[in-house]
Amino acid sequence: MDIVFQFGPVFKRMDLIIDGVTMTIQVALLSTFLGFLIGIICARIRIEGSKKAKFVVACYVEFIRNTPFLVQLFMFAFGLPQFVALLGFNIRPSPYYLAIIALSINLGAYSTEIIRAGLEAIPKSQIEAAQGLALTPFQIFSRISLPPAIAKVYPALSSQFILHMLGTSVISTISVQELTLSAGRIQSETFRAFESYFIVTAIYFALAIAFRIIFKLAARFALPWLHKTTNRS
Amino acid sequence: MSIIKINNLSKSFGNLEVLYNISFELEAGESLVLLGRSGSGKSTLLRCLNGLERVNTGDITVAGHKMDYESSKLRLLRNDVGIVFQQYNLFPHLTVAANIALAPRLVRKVSKSDALTLAKEVLGQVGLLEKIDAYPSQLSGGQQQRVAIARSLAMKPKVMLFDEVTSALDPELTGEVLDVMEKLAKSGMAMVVVTHEMAFAKKVSDRVIFLHNGRITETGNPDEIFSSPKTPEFKTFLGAVG
Ligand SMILES: Nc1ncnc2c1ncn2[C@@H]1O[C@H](COP(=O)(O)OP(=O)(O)O)[C@@H](O)[C@H]1O
Ligand SMILES: [Mg+2]
Repeated sequence: MDIVFQFGPVFKRMDLIIDGVTMTIQVALLSTFLGFLIGIICARIRIEGSKKAKFVVACYVEFIRNTPFLVQLFMFAFGLPQFVALLGFNIRPSPYYLAIIALSINLGAYSTEIIRAGLEAIPKSQIEAAQGLALTPFQIFSRISLPPAIAKVYPALSSQFILHMLGTSVISTISVQELTLSAGRIQSETFRAFESYFIVTAIYFALAIAFRIIFKLAARFALPWLHKTTNRS
Repeated sequence: MSIIKINNLSKSFGNLEVLYNISFELEAGESLVLLGRSGSGKSTLLRCLNGLERVNTGDITVAGHKMDYESSKLRLLRNDVGIVFQQYNLFPHLTVAANIALAPRLVRKVSKSDALTLAKEVLGQVGLLEKIDAYPSQLSGGQQQRVAIARSLAMKPKVMLFDEVTSALDPELTGEVLDVMEKLAKSGMAMVVVTHEMAFAKKVSDRVIFLHNGRITETGNPDEIFSSPKTPEFKTFLGAVG
């Protein structure tokens, strides 16, 4: 018997694949942005917040990092609408928004820990110099501490963001029409399971490489001082 | 008119008493050198002057501001008081121009173009105009320290505090920094200088305070104090630093 791979039927549903890639990129970018923002805010709280606030953030981070993302997603997808209804609101958030919320909250916890490590590495003397210049605490955080802190942990942070992008495939379980769900639909239409998933795997791989390159390029613009050769005279 | 007035300042870290009953005044335009062995409390005293350390007791008035640790009042005081540290503490992610322009822009709300003009002016004062677009990592220690001084000057301070600003530098680089400070003193800037550079103390200062175990053990103008030290502690100190 001869085994023949047939990619033709799969390519016929290119429209589904393109929709899926678009959704995956969109969800990944949006939740990465929000997760990064949550990470910055929570990391600041962990460094210079009140005792209570520190405790709350620590609980959030530990809870998220010690439970499976799939379960967190289900909690948001099935629990949140129930909760909203209980509060008497007549809205049903779509799976798309629920997925963005769950993803952002999940990434926020991991980002918090990474960014905190960066902030802890900022010498106290830098902050004192800024205090001596009469800057406000918020100015000191945003202008003096944060940029070098992000620079210090940039490799860890960008790896986390790429993992996160790949992790968005999990939201196919709550019927968000992203790349993994496209593969599922194509294989159930064409009965070409291997071919469908092979192509989608290749696309994820390409996306991950593309993200990596984009993060490298972004560093050149956003962290220019790291690329100046030391040239003392 | 006195630009710094300190009355009965005492400071301890937990159980460790670091400064006892410090009182002195500094007139506008004067420069004061603080001498003393390592651990005698010089940095702590200097840091008390801009509120980086909180005193336990005592009154401090600097540049017309009575010391008040409420954060917005503290910033008003720091607006008028520049401080330069041993470890330059330039912001590594900002160019020289941005290091200098940052506080005038954010604190004094100076426009972008005025801030650039200001940066050029103060860089000219420390002789580093050509480094305006460099990052700190591209500068030598002496150059970084001169930029740190320029950064403070851009805030148009009424008083400058210097904490062993040449101690981290190779000997051949201390001269360029001391020259800048001497020029500044000559121009009438009130300054408090912690240093081990005796030549600088003799030549530039109007007044010297010798701290020993957190107490003002000897004080006077440099001509008297160096030629006829009174206390055995100060004699020993002078013997040690040469
Ligand atoms: N933040 C601090 N916490 C506890 N002890 C301190 C602190 N800063 C300084 N000290 C102590 O205070 C004393 C005076 O220190 P310092 O003012 O740095 O002296 P100097 O600058 O003359 O070398 C030293 O015994 C030092 O160990
Ligand atoms: Mg010291």
